[in-house]
Amino acid sequence: MAHRPLPTVLGGKHLPNIWDVVALITVFGGLIALAHSARGTLVPLDALEATAINLDPWSLPDYALRTTLRMFAALAASLLFTFTYAPLAAKSRRAGLIMIPILDILQSVPILGFLTFTIAFFMSLFPGKVMGLELAAIFAIFTSQAWNMAFSFYQSLTTLPGDLEEACRGFRLTAWQRFWRLEVPFAMPGLVWNTMLSMSAGWFFVVASEAITLGDNNWRLPGIGSYVSTALEKRDIGAVAWAILTMLLVILAYDQLLFRPLVAWSAKFRFESTAGAVAADPWMLRLIRRTHVLRVVGEAVGGVFNSVGGLRIRLPHWRSRDPATPTKLGDAVFAVLVTAGVGYALWAVIIYIAAELSWADVAETILLGCVTLLRVAVLMALSSLIWVPIGVWLGLRPAWARRVQPIAQFLAAFPANLLFPPFVIVIVAFHLNTDIFLTPLMVLGTQWYILFNVIAGAAAFPGDLQEAARNFRIGGVLWWRRVMLPGILPYFITGAITASGGSWNAAIVSEVASWGDDKLAAHGLGAYIAKATDKGDFHQIVLGVVVMSLFVVLCNRFFWRPIYAYTSRRATLS
Amino acid sequence: MPPLLEVHNCRQAYHKDSSADLVVLDDVELTLQEGEIVGLLGRSGSGKSTLLRIVAGLLQPTSGEVLWRGQPLHGPAAGVAMVFQSFALFPWLTVEENVELGLEALGIGGKERADRAEAAIDLIGLGGFESAYPKELSGGMRQRVGLARALVVQPELLLMDEPFSALDVLTAETLRTDLIDLWSEKKLPIKSILMVTHNIEEAVLMCDRILVFSSNPGRVASEIQVNFPHPRDRHDPAFRQMVDDIYALMTRRTPTPPAAIASPAAAAGFATPLHPVNTNLLAGLLETIVAAPYAGKADLPALADDLQMELDELFPLGEVLHLLQFAVLEEGDIRLLDTGRAFVDADTDTRKHQFAAALRAHVPLIAAIRRTLDERWNHRAPALRFRDELEDHMSPDYADETLRAVISWGRYAELFSYDEESDQFSLDDIDATA
Repeated sequence: MAHRPLPTVLGGKHLPNIWDVVALITVFGGLIALAHSARGTLVPLDALEATAINLDPWSLPDYALRTTLRMFAALAASLLFTFTYAPLAAKSRRAGLIMIPILDILQSVPILGFLTFTIAFFMSLFPGKVMGLELAAIFAIFTSQAWNMAFSFYQSLTTLPGDLEEACRGFRLTAWQRFWRLEVPFAMPGLVWNTMLSMSAGWFFVVASEAITLGDNNWRLPGIGSYVSTALEKRDIGAVAWAILTMLLVILAYDQLLFRPLVAWSAKFRFESTAGAVAADPWMLRLIRRTHVLRVVGEAVGGVFNSVGGLRIRLPHWRSRDPATPTKLGDAVFAVLVTAGVGYALWAVIIYIAAELSWADVAETILLGCVTLLRVAVLMALSSLIWVPIGVWLGLRPAWARRVQPIAQFLAAFPANLLFPPFVIVIVAFHLNTDIFLTPLMVLGTQWYILFNVIAGAAAFPGDLQEAARNFRIGGVLWWRRVMLPGILPYFITGAITASGGSWNAAIVSEVASWGDDKLAAHGLGAYIAKATDKGDFHQIVLGVVVMSLFVVLCNRFFWRPIYAYTSRRATLS
Repeated sequence: MPPLLEVHNCRQAYHKDSSADLVVLDDVELTLQEGEIVGLLGRSGSGKSTLLRIVAGLLQPTSGEVLWRGQPLHGPAAGVAMVFQSFALFPWLTVEENVELGLEALGIGGKERADRAEAAIDLIGLGGFESAYPKELSGGMRQRVGLARALVVQPELLLMDEPFSALDVLTAETLRTDLIDLWSEKKLPIKSILMVTHNIEEAVLMCDRILVFSSNPGRVASEIQVNFPHPRDRHDPAFRQMVDDIYALMTRRTPTPPAAIASPAAAAGFATPLHPVNTNLLAGLLETIVAAPYAGKADLPALADDLQMELDELFPLGEVLHLLQFAVLEEGDIRLLDTGRAFVDADTDTRKHQFAAALRAHVPLIAAIRRTLDERWNHRAPALRFRDELEDHMSPDYADETLRAVISWGRYAELFSYDEESDQFSLDDIDATA
């Protein structure tokens, strides 16, 4: 784990600029337009209500398969999006100016809150058909995966090594050859890592997006998420346990069969010219490499990719002219178009929210946002207090670190919302304060990012510095303050950013919970959005999500980025 | 027969809003005939790499004409291949795949591609390494891959950008001789080689003709014919004489002292780019020259040989000593002045005082920074202000280097402090009497 790509929210400049505002407005304008056009055509689906979810554990393999298929359909869509959006943004100066802030906002927006809009939209595309719901679920998963993958690819495209770029031009590779020989391989390690993070987020969403309540309508797509929500409704704790077990097996399988080999394989694309320490290949990769049949298949697939990548297809290349001399007229036209678009979007957002809501609602959501912010902050502090010492202890003992590291990564991938029911049962049974005891659910799935980043940081801590500290007999508080904490700080911050971002998203599903007829709700912005969704009140949902996005974006820009910039300047050992 | 390549009246400048264009190359003429190896020799920043990239079609000159086989050049031409200083190998492709890359771009596939790649790999002595990845190879083997990759497309002109400067001395020598042997035995498909170097001996060893570049802006200062037959002997007196002559030629071209330049900004001392030379190296060099066998005066080629330093490492040191008037550079020699001797004899604290005095007297930028700090009530000044002024006269990269030099010397001399976080100069921790 010597090379951890950065969280993509850290890319770009430090302070928000005009383009961020433009992007924010455009994103919300677009989403509202989507929902608005879809809303009138919203019709109840009878077909699905007939297909009830079966709580028999033997139906779980089938449900698990369907859920997994949705995941991979979404992943394919995300890859397609990544390979088109990012090159476009990287190669056209004007497009990049607006496309990148949009991406940045999209990856900060709690998409879960928009589930209702997208469902309404896709249902209107296929009225009365299950297809609409399926696409809506896949789209929901896509929205949790695509942005950071595209961002990571974009960042790679803008940091291509200059000499390799010159070699490509000197040997006159076509744009297509250049894409497959230089750009994709160079981006591969970061892309694989971000795909892995995306998959974790995707599991969380797939569970949340299968069982949808919108106003009076209630739909359940066959899948593990629907299975769990049905089990909750019927108070069947056994079924919940079976679902958790199934999910554990599914994630274990995809982790071992797909991602371990993929990560190990992508190490070959790391841009370094020295041969570093090489970790042992995961068993699946060894299997592929050593089993004759699998190897032949693997080589055939690789061969096809190789020759397709080598085709001399000429693509229109955008950067043909000197980038230092942009045409003034083109810029002016572009500026007018953007201004017009943004003006319209802003007008749409204001009109839409103002139609039903007043300033009091805005003030209420901001207040609730502060409550949720407080929750996230307290939880980050608490989980840091717990996991930093443990992570350091483990990281300094390589034998332990090797064993625990995969487990922590595995736990981070597990959809934490499946684990909510046991907590909820306890809260209901003992009549605990929901404002306090629902809170830990937010970090249930995200705290592991802190743990495994801290382990990685402590494991990478230079041996000579440890020896120096021992030699000068530095111990106790001084050791933490001067030696270990600064050493792991960049790693810790990386983990904390990922964890806090995930917690905001989790707020929407963790601030409300139910067990049969018992409905629990804490105060907070997540609960506000969830309740608005239950009521089918689009105006409140928009307001809630806009405010939450603002909180997340402002946190990233004014808190995490400066801190990260500071630590990477001060505390990196290079 | 028309020349292979002609460059006429070539000028490369970067446009800057605040002031005049930054001229990297000015009025360069170059003609390349078939059958010759031509070297572009100069200090870093003399624009020789820029000229190579213009010839390669990777850069469009601001003005002037580039003719390839009599036709104007637009973009990278077929028949021109380049070898890079950093090798520019794709780490995810094997040796064979790297070599095949150029053929793939030409649309050559199947057996022909494999055969040609195999032939180039064998020619350049890489047989057996076909399936290795670049990171498994040593630097020398990597540059062989770079050569094979360039040769496999059967170019007429081979461009080399300091191809041996990233290699250790022995490896570089082997590679040079191998290349020259192949060239002399006419085993290479190429008709001509154009190479960039800052190593004088390398140029004399390999080239038939050497163009010596001067800096700021880059110009062809002189042209030297090398008529020794291959293989050449480094210890041949005529060879040594030519190396010495080129050293002399290049030291003669050191920048004139700032005061001699006419423009007012230059007179204020902001127009001279400085190299961030380590003060320990300066002291070490002074001590070496004072001691036997030099006793105060050293022949630069001999000194470079003795210290195992390249021209590009030794020159900046000599120039700083010249600037601070601890020594003078003249006709390929460096001669210590009395101030230099006094510096060698002094203890650490006195050395700092002497260095500080020399900086304030001869580096106007440092004098200006200290004066500004003394005048301000809080004794602080943002570095940005000086950076901006520097950028009016040089490229941002040079401005950055100059500022780094000034910061490190000023810190050593305890003339001022610098805080990286706030990018600010100050007099914190500085003894007021300094």
